[in-house]
Amino acid sequence: MKTIKLFISFTILFIIFVSCSSDDDDIVEVNPVAELNLVTEFKTNGHIIELYSKNNNFTTGYNEVYIRIKDLTSENYFSDAEITWIPMMHMVDREHSCPKSTLTLTENTTVSKGFLIFQMSGNVEEYWDLKLNYKVNGNTFETTHRIEVFLPADGKQKVSVFKGSDDTRYILAMVAPAEPEVKVNDFVATLYKMENMMSFPVVENYKITVDPRMPGMGNHSSPNNKDLTYDAISKMYRGKLSLTMTGYWKINLKLLNDKNEVLKGEDVTDENPESSLYFELEF
Amino acid sequence: MKIITVVSNSLCTFLELVLICTNSSYLLMYFLTLSIFVNGQEVTQEKQGDTILPIHLEEVILISAKKHFDYQKQAKPLSSIDEYLESAQKVNMVKRGAYAWEPMLNNMSSERLSITIDGMRIFGACTDKMDPITSYVDVSNLSEAKIASGQQGAEQGVCIGGAIDLKIDKSNFKENLFTMSLEDGFETNNELKVLGAEANYSNATFYIDGDIIYRKAENYFAGGGEEVNFSQYEKYNLSLNGGYKFDTGHQLTTTIIYDEARDVGYPALPMDVSLAQAVITSVSYEQDALGILSTWKSKVYFNKVTHVMDDSQRPDVPIRMDMPGWSDTYGFFSQANLKTDKHSFLFKLDGFYNRSLAEMTMYPNNPEEAPMFMLTWPDVRTLNTGVYMEDTIGFKESSLKVSTRVTAHNNRIADEFGLNSLRIFYPDIEASQTRFLSSISAQYSKQFKPFQLNFGVSYGTRAPSVSEGYGFYLFNSFDNHDYVGNPDLQNEQSIEANVKISLKKSKFTISMDGNIFRMPDFIIGEIDSTLSTMTIGADGVKIYTNLRYADMINLSLNTEYKILPELMWSGFVSYHRGADNQNRDLPFISPLAYRSFIRYNKESLYGELSIRGAGKQVNFNPEFGEDQTLAYTVFSMALGKTFYISNNQLYAKAGIENIFDKYYSTYTDWRNVPRMGRNFFFTISYKIN
Repeated sequence: MKTIKLFISFTILFIIFVSCSSDDDDIVEVNPVAELNLVTEFKTNGHIIELYSKNNNFTTGYNEVYIRIKDLTSENYFSDAEITWIPMMHMVDREHSCPKSTLTLTENTTVSKGFLIFQMSGNVEEYWDLKLNYKVNGNTFETTHRIEVFLPADGKQKVSVFKGSDDTRYILAMVAPAEPEVKVNDFVATLYKMENMMSFPVVENYKITVDPRMPGMGNHSSPNNKDLTYDAISKMYRGKLSLTMTGYWKINLKLLNDKNEVLKGEDVTDENPESSLYFELEF
Repeated sequence: MKIITVVSNSLCTFLELVLICTNSSYLLMYFLTLSIFVNGQEVTQEKQGDTILPIHLEEVILISAKKHFDYQKQAKPLSSIDEYLESAQKVNMVKRGAYAWEPMLNNMSSERLSITIDGMRIFGACTDKMDPITSYVDVSNLSEAKIASGQQGAEQGVCIGGAIDLKIDKSNFKENLFTMSLEDGFETNNELKVLGAEANYSNATFYIDGDIIYRKAENYFAGGGEEVNFSQYEKYNLSLNGGYKFDTGHQLTTTIIYDEARDVGYPALPMDVSLAQAVITSVSYEQDALGILSTWKSKVYFNKVTHVMDDSQRPDVPIRMDMPGWSDTYGFFSQANLKTDKHSFLFKLDGFYNRSLAEMTMYPNNPEEAPMFMLTWPDVRTLNTGVYMEDTIGFKESSLKVSTRVTAHNNRIADEFGLNSLRIFYPDIEASQTRFLSSISAQYSKQFKPFQLNFGVSYGTRAPSVSEGYGFYLFNSFDNHDYVGNPDLQNEQSIEANVKISLKKSKFTISMDGNIFRMPDFIIGEIDSTLSTMTIGADGVKIYTNLRYADMINLSLNTEYKILPELMWSGFVSYHRGADNQNRDLPFISPLAYRSFIRYNKESLYGELSIRGAGKQVNFNPEFGEDQTLAYTVFSMALGKTFYISNNQLYAKAGIENIFDKYYSTYTDWRNVPRMGRNFFFTISYKIN
């Protein structure tokens, strides 16, 4: 009797053990860039610098960029790389940079993350390049490479560069919704001031009013949108965007400064079907 | 292939029913408790007595001639079910074209009525009410329409305005019956062709009935000869009924109806219908006795409606769109009677599970742009289970009927996309919502020969319909507004009183009938000027809201006089009024209306001359899209003759409607679409016995 009990107990234990351990025998390497696309890579200083994005390429507007650096000799990715970047547009008559974040390490310390907001795309005569300063294993390197920046594939406006009524140049870029849906979407945008060709500080505590319209539907609008207001933590502007159906939407905007003076954009009325400040969405 | 789908669908029916039953177990308990209560009365139970005076407040419209073949009684035998219903005194039909009229009872339409086919709940799949369920059956399927006003209709389901139950025509184990008949009809105005055939076989233990009907009509012409474009239609309908009796007192019956309409024009609407299709199935079991209960009847049913709106035939529209809709309903009911010498009880347990889904895809004029898609009915699942009880108590020369219904009603938005869409308007709505509905009524009838007096009071509630609760930008071309549903609506209530006095002499009958409704939390769409229209060209957006209350009153006077045994005159006048708490006129309330006919009917000959008309509409409300409808009077006549060829009957009938080719439209004609001008009709029926 005892042996039978013992036998059964062991059998059960064995089954439990086998069924529990089946998956974690070897720790699966989680690929930190599995969800991302490799946009470009630079071979330099015995390293390969890989630039990833959620999209297939860099486009005008807000681009989240993921960078990791591989050592060509060891075939390993460097952890805790300290990277700084300077994007630069080489126009025919002048050069300028663009608004950008700092690069910070992600949970996986081989990958750094930041964003760049390109005001314009490259063309035959004008191009963007990216200067990277990075420190790995105590050594500092520098490299500059050309990058391709395209207009968005759908041709829709996700960034607006304009001169406000205060004679200041602003850059307003849409961050979210990247994948709009028929619902109340979280609406996020960044606002920068162009101080000079190289300096683009964040503009704080302004307000951007939101009026989404469907030009194909007699300028149908939606209820319960929330104007974009400044969020000090993310240093971005946050609001709500209601989209009542799929299709092409023009998000009419109006920029107001902290004294509620309109710097750019107009109200949408029967006579004025659109604002001069807007984003576009199509889904 | 179709049969397989039907079978697998019916399988689902049973699964769904199990679900309904588990959900309604508490109601079942309630029902059982009642049975026990009834058992306590067993002592007093004697043989079923017929001493109780029935309270007949129902109006019955005879439709089929299958059993009686008394076409003589019908002015126009092959007319549509809509025309039959329109002949009922309390019913008016909202017309959006020549096909699929929407019945209104006591000036209330679909969402306030319970419209059933042999007790089965069916729901149209069109967000714009282009497919009232009466459009999914044809006269070939039906024997009669039972019309019950107000809470008297609660037996069939939750209602405010009343109930219309369309009875399916069955041979019902009639001995030695084998008939076949062919029917053919033609109308000149819209070149309507009707072809029908049926065959019935029946004996004491088994019956099978089959029928088919086909209708095709071109555009009709209004009075004066104006062609009403997009008023054509084509439909066919097939049905099969069967029954089997195991032994005396136990029988199983089944019904399948398939109905399909194509290329249906709606001149009053901006869109037409390319397909409206329904499959209606049921299986019933009947037993003469169940313990002390009698006539125990149970039915499980399933029906599936597909409706495809389409504007491809319209020459200029602001934007092209497709609007398909689907409505599937699974349901059951089980009922039994209990009769004692003073009481006649009816107990009924019923339930249904409906799925309503409708979508809209619009194609921008700029072909580069993406199509625009929305869910107009966000896959709403309605689970409704109820218990109905009535007791008719007999007194000397009078009787009292009391009835009650308790219903649990649950709505759930099953589609995430749809839920998110509605959350644009209602950020906090839950996907699921349960309501409890109740109905109670008392009806008293007394004879003071030759007078009869009926009066009653009742109270009832209803839940918002799918469109009222969850519709998303439904365009109503009548008032040119987009409608958005409101899931936060309260149940609509109705307090109703009715009275009817009739005087019956051998040759002469006169009756006065009146009812009044006070409807607290009346549901209606109100303009929300902060919202932007979706439909191009619409005037605004309305949100369904509860008014504090609304009132409706209906009065009628009906007389019949038998001038000679074969010559009869009838006259009917009615007055209606509806207003809300701010004394605003409610929409679709009839002006003063009248109709009268004189009918000759002797042996094989039949003749009828009739007029119908209405006074100028005095109370109308532009806020709800109404304009004043002018007075009109229309004359019609019909002639019929039966011929006998050996044992078989050949019946021919011809008539003229709108003899003077009057151009008119009534208050129920959507956007004043004119009615048909002069029309000659011919029908021929040949019955082989």
